[in-house]
Parts: sequence; C-alpha cells; structure tokens
Amino acid sequence: MSNAEAVAKKFRERDIFGRWLLSFPALFVIFIAAVGPLFVMLLYSFMVKGDYGDVKYWQFSGDGWFSVFFQRDIFDDTVSVADAHLLILWRSIRLAAMTTVLTLFFGFPTAYFIATRPEGKRELWLFLITIPFWTNILIRTFAIQETIRNEGVFNTVLMKLGIISSPIQIMFTDTAVLLGMVYVYLPLMVLPVYASLEKLDFRLVEAGYDLYAPRLQVLWRIILPLTKPGIIAGSILVFIPAIGAYVTPRVLGGGKNMMLGNLIELQFGQGRNWPLGAALSITLMIIVTVALLFYVRNASKSGAGHGH
Amino acid sequence: MASVASAIDARGVSKVFRGAGQDEVRALDHVSVAIRENEFFTLLGPSGCGKTTLLRLIAGFDFPTEGEILLYGDDIAMLPPYKRPVNTVFQNYALFPHMTVAQNIGFGLEMLGKPKDEIAGRVAEMLRLVRMEELKDRRTSQISGGQQQRVALARALAPRPKVLLLDEPLSALDYKLRKDMQIELKRLQHETGITFIFVTHDQEEALTMSDRIAVMSKGRILQIGSPRDIYERPAERFVANFIGETNMLKGKLGKVSKDLADVTLHAGPKLKATVPETLPASGEVTVVIRPEHARIAPGGKTAGLLKGELENIVFFGTDTHFHVKLNDGSPFIVRQQNASSEAPGLSIGSQVSIAVAENSARVLKD
Ligand SMILES: Nc1ncnc2c1ncn2[C@@H]1O[C@H](COP(=O)(O)OP(=O)(O)OP(=O)(O)O)[C@@H](O)[C@H]1O
Ligand SMILES: [Mg+2]
Repeated sequence: MSNAEAVAKKFRERDIFGRWLLSFPALFVIFIAAVGPLFVMLLYSFMVKGDYGDVKYWQFSGDGWFSVFFQRDIFDDTVSVADAHLLILWRSIRLAAMTTVLTLFFGFPTAYFIATRPEGKRELWLFLITIPFWTNILIRTFAIQETIRNEGVFNTVLMKLGIISSPIQIMFTDTAVLLGMVYVYLPLMVLPVYASLEKLDFRLVEAGYDLYAPRLQVLWRIILPLTKPGIIAGSILVFIPAIGAYVTPRVLGGGKNMMLGNLIELQFGQGRNWPLGAALSITLMIIVTVALLFYVRNASKSGAGHGH
Repeated sequence: MASVASAIDARGVSKVFRGAGQDEVRALDHVSVAIRENEFFTLLGPSGCGKTTLLRLIAGFDFPTEGEILLYGDDIAMLPPYKRPVNTVFQNYALFPHMTVAQNIGFGLEMLGKPKDEIAGRVAEMLRLVRMEELKDRRTSQISGGQQQRVALARALAPRPKVLLLDEPLSALDYKLRKDMQIELKRLQHETGITFIFVTHDQEEALTMSDRIAVMSKGRILQIGSPRDIYERPAERFVANFIGETNMLKGKLGKVSKDLADVTLHAGPKLKATVPETLPASGEVTVVIRPEHARIAPGGKTAGLLKGELENIVFFGTDTHFHVKLNDGSPFIVRQQNASSEAPGLSIGSQVSIAVAENSARVLKD
C-alpha cells in the first residue's frame, strides 16, 4: 500500500466515524423521543390494566384494544359496540376535517394578501399573524369562551341591538369547538401557504389573465395547483393537532362534546384504564396516518403535481 | 390613414410609477404610435427605456397614467387583460409548469369556452405550426429553451389574437437558435397574418425582421420608420448611435437646397449631406456617415478626401474594419467587404485617405 493510499484510507475511516458522530442528535431524537415512546405505548396497550391506574407489567391481554370498539355490560356480560367511543372518534375526524377546510378557506386569502404586499411590508403582516402564538393556548381559548358564552360580548351586543331576544347557545356545542380550533390553528395554515405563494411566479398569473382566464379560473387552474405543496403542508399541520385537540374541546365543548384527546386523557386519569388509553392513542395515530396517506395521494393525483 | 383604423393606436400614452416617498419614474412619456394591421412592428431601445411597460399597457396588465390606447378604433385602456383579443409571448415564456405542452397551448381556447374537439384540432394545428408534435405530452420543464419558446408562441397564437405581443422572446436563446427562430417568427407572422408587436434591444434583430421600427429612449419614441429609413436616415444622434456602427463628424452647415445641404467638415473636405425636415438652428452640425459608405485608399495626396492615420485593422470574416484617426483627431471607421479583390495593401500607421459615397452623409436634427 502506498503512502497516499494509507492516508486516504485513514481519512475515509475518520470520515465515517465523524459522520456517525454528526448523526447522533438525529438518531437520539428519532429513537429516544419518537420510536421509543411509541413502542412503550404499543406495549402498554396489550397489558392488563392495573387496579389504580398503571398496568400490571408483563401480563398481556387484548382487553385494551377490545374496549376501543366494544363494551361489556357490567351485569350480564353481553358484548355491544362501544358507540360512545365511535361517536367521539367520528366527531374528532369530522371536526378536524372541518377545521382544516375552514382554516384553508380563511387562511388562503390571508396568505395571498400578505404575499402580494410590497416586499418590505410582508414581514410586518406575518408578524401580526403570529402574535396569537405568544399567548398560551388556554388563555386564548378562555378568551373565546368569554366572547361566545351566553352573557358574553357577542350575545350581549346582539341583544342590545335587538337582533335577538335571548342569547344564542354557542358554548358547549360542536360549533364552539370548531370556532376555537379554527382560531387557534389558523396561523399553521397561513404560514406554509404563504411560503408557497411567495415562491409563486406571478408572471404565470398574468399569463393566465392574458389567455382569457378570469379571476376565479386563474385561482382554480393556476394559483391553487402551483401552491399545492403549501396547502398540503398547511392541511397536515392543522389536521394532526386538531384531531388530537385537548384544550379546546375541553374548555369550549365541555364534557358532552369530547374529542379523542379528552377520551384518552380520561383513561389515564379518572378512568384508570391505561391499556385502553394507549390503544386509543395508537388508534388516533393510525387514523392520522391513513388520512394523510389518502389525502396526499389524492392531492398529488388530481393536480398531477409538477416535477422538479 | 384616415379611414382604416390601426390595429393598435396609442395616443399620448404616459405611465408614471410612484415609488415610496417622492420619487416617481416616468416609464412612458407621451408615447404616440399607430401600428398597422398585419404589420411586424418592433419596439427597439436600450434596457429600461419603457418597452415592456408599453407592451404591458397594450396587454392590459397595467393601466396608463395618461392617454388612450385604441384597438381597431375602440378604447381598450380600461378593459381587463382577459377581455382583450391580444396575447403575449413573455420574455421568460411563463409556461404553466403543471401542464403539458398540449395543455399549455390549449389553455386559452379552453378559457374561451371552445368545444373540446375544436380545441384538440387547433392544438394539433399549432403543434404542427411550431413543429412540436412529438413533444406534446411533455412537461414544460422537460423541454429545451428553444422548444419552450416555440410552445410559448403556439400558446399565444392558438386563440388567434388580433395582436400578438412578443417581449424579447429570443433573448434567452443562443446565437444559432436565435437566427433560426428569427426566420421562424417571420414565417409564422406571414402564415397567420396576425399583427406582431415585437420588443428587442438587439438592433440587428430589429433591422432584419421588422416592417417598421420604433426607436425608444427614456420613455419616448424618437423615430418610427422602416429599417432602411432608420438606418440610413437617423433623425437623432441617439438613433444613429444605437442602430449600427456609425461615424459622427462635426462641421459647418452651408447652403441648403431642398433636402441636400453643403457641410464643411472640420476634418477637411466639404460634402453634400441629406437633411431632416427640421434643420438645426446653429451653423454647427453633426453629420453621420455609415462605415460601409466610405472607401479607404493608401496615401494622403488626393484633394477633397478625408485624411488620417490608419490605427487598426479588424478582420470580420465577411468584411474588414479599418479604424482611422482623422487629421483633426476624430475617429473614423471604414468597413469594406473582403470579397472585393481590391484588398488595399494598407499597413497600420500609414497615411490613408477616405472617400465618402455620394449623398450618404446625413445631417442630424440636434
Ligand atoms: N412596477 C414598476 N414600478 C416602478 N418602476 C417601474 C416598474 N416597472 C418598470 N419600472 C421602471 O420603468 C422603466 C421602464 O421599464 P421597462 O421594464 O418598460 O423597460 P424595458 O425597456 O422593458 O427594459 P428591458 O430591456 O431591460 O426589459 C424603468 O426605469 C423601470 O425601472
Ligand atoms: Mg423589458
């Protein structure tokens, strides 16, 4: 082996070692913070529940998973579908989907507005959009409660104006939860959509106008397909936390309008059924994964995406 | 001129862009131009002179600050771009990246609500016209610059606009492709019979392709005329300088009869030069002489000729340029074809005399 080769080999070896060292933070995060806890949850979901919470370690049973979908009558042991769970599941999916659609509906024009401001002024608008982030989500949610409750600003003003004679019940309805979630998650839609609108070549928009496309057609045929990556990213960023939302349904929905997050919390708290809680958590993850796969595949098919 | 309406008639059009604060840019300054039907009309001028701005006003992307724009006699200044029978070939092509070549070409027709089979037929016809049939299902990101250029052309021609606007469509192409596309463009204009308004800052391109040229500078149109007009009878110093290589000599204006004037050049001889309609007031004038209208010969004896010292010889393949320093110090270039057997045996540093072809000199307006 020549000297040069030996040096090269040494460098290669050091290089490989160095690369592993540099990957350490990433590997740490992936295994300790993501895969690990997931594995623990999976394990818990198959164990026997403890009498006062926790689980009986290394005693396995399918009870946790069974009770996600079915319930056993306490008296006669008959098995029936756990419709309370399914109802909550369905509500979670529905509210999360509606939140995504509504944030897109309000967020897209907002992002478009910001992206079409003169270059130096966009930062200010973006900054304004992110202001609510500075406040704790609980406080923001209580602020909404103050606004929409029966004695709140909204109802008081309407009644003073004589538009309604008795307050509209908004609190503790799905509408309240939806309103709260749209408000809280709106910036998560605006920011990624803005990012792709900002990259949009507005000469393409002019080309659209030039080729006889009126405004709506330009939006539909040119702007939307070209900003799809941002729309997909925004939808994902909104849908995932929305379907697992905890604070908003708790404060605005009350006990009757639970979502999955609240149900899971219940199992780890008062319910003392950790295996069920763990199984529900994993169910939630599966729903999210399936929904995302479905959504991303459809989104990229319909617009026929564009290559790079 | 009176009865037949022009395809495009811009009357006293100005465009002022207001920046932040007080500064404003007058991109167009009372521009008036009438463009005839079926004409290949070129806007020629240096960067920033307002060419794109004028096109954008005609296309409807911007509105004039002052003045009106007529399309076949109708004021269109306030019509949105999607209601104007005018299409644009953009400088960067602006093809839709999420559509195929064929979808790009069919887009305008689709937006006009044409039936499907008519669109298909016209797209096929356009693909043939620009010779892009095999690539019709390609993404626009998967074709070369020249091909993109042709798709952009086909896309703009497909809806059969009354006027086609082309904003430096060839500037991104290499020399050879550019030459090919110049011919192609002329052919397309001829075959479709559509009025072309073509923007370029390349004077050679303008001269070879246009029926008429408008030379612009700083938001104003300085001269409108046929390529020959502009080249041989430039009205102003800027035009003479911008179009082709030229020699400018100072002299004293003598007797003027009709469109010919006697000018005594400071460099020596007296010659006859054509004059513009409005003559300069002072006796001091500038005369332009194109390099190919002069002939060079060795020796400085002959009377009545420009004399000087040969400083450089540049060989150009088809012709040769002789750079001469005249006796009064001003530079002068002579261009002579190489084919002519009379290759003058000249050496750098030698004394030469220059003869100017009759009536080829021109007095400038300013
Ligand atoms: N939107 C705008 N805001 C402010 N000034 C502008 C705007 N558009 C153009 N201008 C200015 O107007 C003048 C003319 O611009 P224009 O784009 O028409 O030039 P051009 O002749 O097309 O140049 P080029 O050959 O470089 O394309 C320039 O000084 C330019 O800076
Ligand atoms: Mg331009």
